[in-house]
Amino acid sequence: MALELELISPIDVAKDIAQAVQEYTLLATQSLANLFRRPRYMGDMLQQADLIGVGSLPIVVLTGLAIGALLALNSANTLQRFGGITLIGQLVSLGMVTELGPLITGLMVAGRNASGMASELGSMIVTEQIDAMRALGTDPSKKLVTPRVGATSFMLFFLTIIADLLGLSGGWAVAHLLFGLDSRQYWTSSWQILVFRDVFTGLVKPVLFGFIISTVGCYYGMSTRGGTQGVGRSTTQAVVASSVLILVVDFFVTKLIFAVLGYR
Amino acid sequence: MATPTLPIDSRTAAQSGSSAPAIVFDNVSIAFEENVVLNGVSFHLPRGETKALFGIAGSGKSTILKLALGLLPPDSGRILLLGEEVTRMSEQELFELRRRVGIVFQESALFDSLKVRENVAFRLMEEGISEEEIERRVREALRFVELEQTVDMFPSELSGGMRRRVAIARAIITHPEVLLYDSPTGGLDPVTSNTIVELIMKQRDVYKTSALLVTHRLQDAFTMATHQFDKDTNQMISLPKGQLCDVSMSFLILRDAKVIFDGDAHQLTTSRDPYIREYIS
Repeated sequence: MALELELISPIDVAKDIAQAVQEYTLLATQSLANLFRRPRYMGDMLQQADLIGVGSLPIVVLTGLAIGALLALNSANTLQRFGGITLIGQLVSLGMVTELGPLITGLMVAGRNASGMASELGSMIVTEQIDAMRALGTDPSKKLVTPRVGATSFMLFFLTIIADLLGLSGGWAVAHLLFGLDSRQYWTSSWQILVFRDVFTGLVKPVLFGFIISTVGCYYGMSTRGGTQGVGRSTTQAVVASSVLILVVDFFVTKLIFAVLGYR
Repeated sequence: MATPTLPIDSRTAAQSGSSAPAIVFDNVSIAFEENVVLNGVSFHLPRGETKALFGIAGSGKSTILKLALGLLPPDSGRILLLGEEVTRMSEQELFELRRRVGIVFQESALFDSLKVRENVAFRLMEEGISEEEIERRVREALRFVELEQTVDMFPSELSGGMRRRVAIARAIITHPEVLLYDSPTGGLDPVTSNTIVELIMKQRDVYKTSALLVTHRLQDAFTMATHQFDKDTNQMISLPKGQLCDVSMSFLILRDAKVIFDGDAHQLTTSRDPYIREYIS
């Protein structure tokens, strides 16, 4: 059988991308605007907060602990060589609070929840449940998208704080148990190194990442085409796109905050 | 077979007082990429009438229902639903209008994560009606479709026919002025199909609800044209030959993206069009 390759016009590709960006922007803007419009689905938002926040807790606890411990373990040898093992608390604290805590939590929640949202909404699209909702006079953007966006942004903020604390605890376990560092010294240096800018950076990022995860997950879910295969495709795309977007936004937000609040 | 009763609501179409047709399609066209599905389709559905839509698979029957509700925008033409021009309304305005219409989707489209009670009550919960009132009306609607015992079950636990009946209960719970049925008897056994036809007939004859009925089963539509629901005996009865024109039932046939027939049962059976004759034979 002869293999036929279909040539795709670059103009068509550009049009598709422009349309996707336009549709995503519209969905994201509407999801925010809906927070100020009635009806507000507080029950759905609480349910999503439970699913996203409490449901993600085990994975966030494990990764937070592991990242903190690994950060301490990998840097301890080098610090010890230069007689700076007492600085390990500062290193773990700065690393976790400003960068690794929000980033790892964001990526973990993206893997777990962006895929969940895309597959759930995608299944609803292919089984006409979204059409049924519209036919029953309910706005799916208000009922399905906004509660997910609100809940993810809100819960990621607290999940990141938990990840930061567990990361610091993991670092303490390594520093104290393996390298014999005094606990008080570890915690005091961890605390004292942090300034407003570090905490601000570490708490702004999870809100943005939560917004990215939920809007990207919902966008891919709501734009699902092509039956169950389409649902699988949307799920994969949602995880990839939200993870990449988190990394890109992380870089620019860090740069912006440095530019506004000054470098350390 | 007798079906349970549903109290007649003061908002039923016959009592609403409006004489404007329930649905008007005026020169409506729609294409999906290169595939022209409807090309200049025009018809109207008078209040209180049920119109059965026929056509081969892919002829645009389900598309007509989605267009009527504004779930899809047409490429050209005008659509009026309950006197309001759907084609000029925003999605937010359409949400209000859609609350006056009920639809039964081809695959039922029940919310699979909600129980039957929550599915049937969905619209009432959105309107903020009290728990007691919701419970009463859900039970009433489920009794109408003889599925009161399924109230705490999930859609996945029901058979195809039961899901279709739950979808009918969800559509009628607010006593809509117009009902849209998308192949409500498709893929069902004759007994269940008959039950559903009887429910649709009851909506037409007792509650005077206007309806568009998409179906592949000619016998269902002919049953509806030759029978009437009797309120006293609470079951459908066959009409004598001379009284067939007494029922508010008409037929519309689509072919090659156009309407090739729009008329009553008598006109259909006496049509000389070879395609229609072959279709109904």
